[in-house]
Amino acid sequence: MSEQLVTDRPAGRPAGQTRSSAKKVRHAVSATLLWLVALLFLAPLIYTVATSLKPASDVFSVPPSLWGKEIRWQNYADALDYLPFHKFILNGLLVATAGTLITLVAASMSAYAFARLKFRGRNVLFAAFLATLMIPQEVLVVPMFSLMQEFGWVDSYQALILPWAFTAFGVFLMRQFFLTIPQELADAATVDGAGKFRTFFSVMLPLARPSLAVLAVFTFINYWNSFLWPLIITNSVEDKGTVPLGLSLFFSQQGSQWNLVMAASVISMVPTLLLLVMLRKHLVSGIATTGMGGR
Amino acid sequence: MSTQSTTAPARERPAQGGPPRSKKSWRDSDATAATVFAAPSTIGLTVFTVVPIVMSLVMSFYNWPAFGERSLTGTGNFSALLGSPEFRRVVLNTVVFTVLYLPLNLLVSLGLSVWIATMRRGRQALRVIFFVPVVTPIVANVLVWKMIYQPNGLIDGIGQQVGIDMPNFLGDPNWAMIALVTMSVWQGFGYNLLVFSAAIDSIPASLNEAASLDGVGPWQRFRHITLPMISPSMFFATTMTLITTFQVFAQPYLLTGGGPGATTETLVLFIYREGFANFALGMAAAGAWVLFAIILVITALQFLFQKKWVTYDV
Repeated sequence: MSEQLVTDRPAGRPAGQTRSSAKKVRHAVSATLLWLVALLFLAPLIYTVATSLKPASDVFSVPPSLWGKEIRWQNYADALDYLPFHKFILNGLLVATAGTLITLVAASMSAYAFARLKFRGRNVLFAAFLATLMIPQEVLVVPMFSLMQEFGWVDSYQALILPWAFTAFGVFLMRQFFLTIPQELADAATVDGAGKFRTFFSVMLPLARPSLAVLAVFTFINYWNSFLWPLIITNSVEDKGTVPLGLSLFFSQQGSQWNLVMAASVISMVPTLLLLVMLRKHLVSGIATTGMGGR
Repeated sequence: MSTQSTTAPARERPAQGGPPRSKKSWRDSDATAATVFAAPSTIGLTVFTVVPIVMSLVMSFYNWPAFGERSLTGTGNFSALLGSPEFRRVVLNTVVFTVLYLPLNLLVSLGLSVWIATMRRGRQALRVIFFVPVVTPIVANVLVWKMIYQPNGLIDGIGQQVGIDMPNFLGDPNWAMIALVTMSVWQGFGYNLLVFSAAIDSIPASLNEAASLDGVGPWQRFRHITLPMISPSMFFATTMTLITTFQVFAQPYLLTGGGPGATTETLVLFIYREGFANFALGMAAAGAWVLFAIILVITALQFLFQKKWVTYDV
């Protein structure tokens, strides 16, 4: 029935000339409204950028205005200099990059084992991996702190990186991908004389690049934004602090200097926005297959 | 060696006509390789997840200060928590936050994803826009809103302009929770919007076209086509959002500090303070297990009731 109706469609068109133009108007109104909603939604971020460029005296000007008397780029230089904010950025990049690399290697390797190798207890082990996904981070952070004390890792980079680099989530994501690669490909590599490791590194991993990219972006963003754990484990914020910690320290010390706080906020958002733009085409499919961990 | 690893490859290999010797090495290398491949994650998860879970259980039965002598208290931490009016208040606050946040989040994300799906152009751009605060650091997001809510901030400034007296959103006990929920919905709904968008994109267009030509209106199409088709995604979104909502931390920590009074003090904020301001790690661990228990019960209930509204086969 539906087929017939679909084929009927072009024939029905000329009759409804006025009706279709009314439809066009309605669609244009709807599109305009939707973009207005999007603009309103972005207002806080626009306000952030605007405030970050105002001189201090114009931040709470009456009446409120988007722009100050001058565009003050100096705010950004001041924000970077005030606390060692550039240090927070370097720390953040170091922690997020190292954490992402370890996650990618560990997750893709074990995912390959779960998807393509046969060994005793595979299903039980995989189920155990999945079960760890249910544990909220809050249950883990308290004992994790004690564990870090035992290791002597309090206030260290490895404490920021390692505890969250082994996620069942990444394993699950990569396993789902490896399952879609035809077994024949691996078999062909084996017939050609490649061992398990060659097959993995030179056949499987290159094929997995899109999935690895999705995992990398989400992992990097999670590390970059992470707040609760760095807050707990970092004592010397000025030395080991990541960007969110630095921001909150900046705010507690310079809370009245909103223009500088907002400049620092904008800086903290830039890497995540760049990654978002890079990933935009794969965003919907990426979310559908992965689900990014909640915050 | 396991039976599984010996029989399965053996069944597949003969087709390739490989000699027996290669068959054997294939089998052996499977187990060896699997050990090597699975080792990093397995060791990492054991050390950084399994060990902490066990530790956490043990700690919750101890008086376990961050520094100094530990002593067994049995169920002392749990009975202290459940008997404390402060803890009950914190649980209540978290429930109130969830009851306000979850429906709002779902309503906004569902509504906008359906609306965006009707657009002919700019769908991807719109989805990316609403996703922005999901990826930007939550600390930055919260600071922006702190400035918006402040006396003399954006809302108050506009209010003064048009002559409306705005409340002190973060300082007024009647408004603090609402301010917290509003900010959280703004920053969080983009995630569910993408989940729903992915589901809507996968509905065959012919379904809607056919119904539309049959004279079925947009509301009826939404009610009888879109909604059932995306109900598995709605189940996923509801479950995941509920779990993360119970873990809300950064927003109350930075926006209100749990105040005014204890009006916005949430469970995780309480756990954080017990553990890392009062250094009562045992009490914090017990609090975390109460949180986990609540999450487990609610998730179990959701799975029980999903049959009533989730359509898996259409």
